Amino acid sequence: MTSTAPTKQGPAPNLWTRTHGALIERLHIRLESLIVLFVLATTMAILSPYFLSVSNFMNILLATSTIGVLAIAATFVLSSGGLDLSLGSVMGLSGVVGAAVAVKLGAPTPVAVVATIAAGAAAGLVNGLIITRAFVPAFIVTLGMLGIARGMALVISDGRVIYGLPKAMVYLGQGRPMGIPMPVIIFLVTAVVMHILLAYTRYGRHTLAIGDNENAARTAGINIERHRLTLYTLSGALSGLAGLLFATRINSGDPTAGMTYELTAITAAIIGGTNLFGGRGSILGTMIGALIMGVLQNGLNLLAVQSYYQQMAIGIVLVLAVFIDQWQVRKESRV
Amino acid sequence: MSNLLEIKGVSKSFGPVDVLDRVDLIVAPGEVVGLVGDNGAGKSTLMKIVTGMYSADAGGITLNGEDIFHHTPGERRRMGIEMIYQDLALARQQDVAANIFLGREPTRSVLGMRFVDRATMRRDAQAMIDRLGARLPAINRPVGSFSGGQQQSVAIARALTFNPKVVIMDEPTAALAVREVQGVLDLIRQLKSEGIGVILISHRLNDVLSVTDRIVVLHHGRASANLTTAKTSMAEVVSAIVGGGDMAEAAAHEARG
Repeated sequence: MTSTAPTKQGPAPNLWTRTHGALIERLHIRLESLIVLFVLATTMAILSPYFLSVSNFMNILLATSTIGVLAIAATFVLSSGGLDLSLGSVMGLSGVVGAAVAVKLGAPTPVAVVATIAAGAAAGLVNGLIITRAFVPAFIVTLGMLGIARGMALVISDGRVIYGLPKAMVYLGQGRPMGIPMPVIIFLVTAVVMHILLAYTRYGRHTLAIGDNENAARTAGINIERHRLTLYTLSGALSGLAGLLFATRINSGDPTAGMTYELTAITAAIIGGTNLFGGRGSILGTMIGALIMGVLQNGLNLLAVQSYYQQMAIGIVLVLAVFIDQWQVRKESRV
Repeated sequence: MSNLLEIKGVSKSFGPVDVLDRVDLIVAPGEVVGLVGDNGAGKSTLMKIVTGMYSADAGGITLNGEDIFHHTPGERRRMGIEMIYQDLALARQQDVAANIFLGREPTRSVLGMRFVDRATMRRDAQAMIDRLGARLPAINRPVGSFSGGQQQSVAIARALTFNPKVVIMDEPTAALAVREVQGVLDLIRQLKSEGIGVILISHRLNDVLSVTDRIVVLHHGRASANLTTAKTSMAEVVSAIVGGGDMAEAAAHEARG
């Protein structure tokens, strides 16, 4: 008989593991994404003398606000195990609807604002109804909506940009109370509210549970179809809000607004730590992901890289982020 | 009316296939009923009808005399019917407390809005885990990182946290080590002493014979035998499962384990 070694506790968790654990538990974010953001910002600061300035920082936040709102929508849908490819198109449609209501119908600003968001919510509701009642996969339904919403935006606007929004409406996109752009304020407020909704309410918990194990959620008595329906409607409403921010910032309803934005939004959510297959997601993480995308685009602009390359960069980041995620999962399951 | 759960004449077919044919099953408070039968005999389907995941084509189900035939799974769960699934039905990326309270999260009101009360959840979850004597690495870790036995402790804790009246266990010992099996059997005896009705689905007939009061055998969707455990034998149970005949050989094999 060989004497068995005394039962030994595993090595004390190192600083990385402990910090990581605490961040994930308390703030629901991944340490890696913070480091990527820091390294990216440092690199840009070294490469461009214009990067580190208050006005450029505001530029980044302003550019991030539209994408950020869409990324929040993507976070909710992805973490429930769903997918919404129509984010960008619904955003474009909403902006055109809002501009048409304000300019062509001459409606007062509050009505136009509500119409913008309602248009997005309606498109999301249609997505949700077809997914939950007709059992068509979300991938197909929202891919179809990507085409339908874009087409509707072009039909409503007759293919032309609708100019000349009322002044009060433009304030939402161009106003700067205390020097902070309105879209940034609206984006941050939305993010805080949505973070609380996802992390601290039963609705958010059920969203993650459905994405984690649909069967477990069903046996727990959660009405999965109704929950999914509200999620796609929420996603549409947030796309409408993004459409509002964009249209009021450029002072017009552009039927081509938001094209390929779903690519950037989904990328931001995933590099922020949202699980592509559901069950995990956090708005704070997505904010960091959105900032990474914002800094990347801003930096490439400052370095005068042609915008065609930026699309390539985003696509590469998306595939790379999922690759690293899968690689970690495989590594862990080997232990 | 001393019966806790009454299943009367439940039938169910999937398309042309009759899975259950007028099945009766009664559980009294503090009674442990074994539900056995070959694969495909209809055990799981019957239990899913009890929990409300499937709806029966015909028949009736009452809990404490109240008709629950048309109640949703959530309503039945609130009334005290809990099931521990063979696959455990856990959300693997969520922590212990989130799984135990899934669908029933306690909330507290802040400025008129309701937020999940995480402190209460964590405290009550820890208390339940301690009461079960389960050893978990940490209560705030995703349950997917736990061993099979530990995950089962979480599933059991979830079923027992809300004072159930009937607990259905689907193959609770199939994937466990010997010591853990004893733990589950002890738990069943404890539930019995608290007046909780238990339905135990298991292929391990030794476990079923040692812990149950009665054994109901399903054969081709019919309740072919209703045996009092104290007065039956391994041979009789095995014979009923396979549909009659002298099964002394097979029973002896089962008895050897």
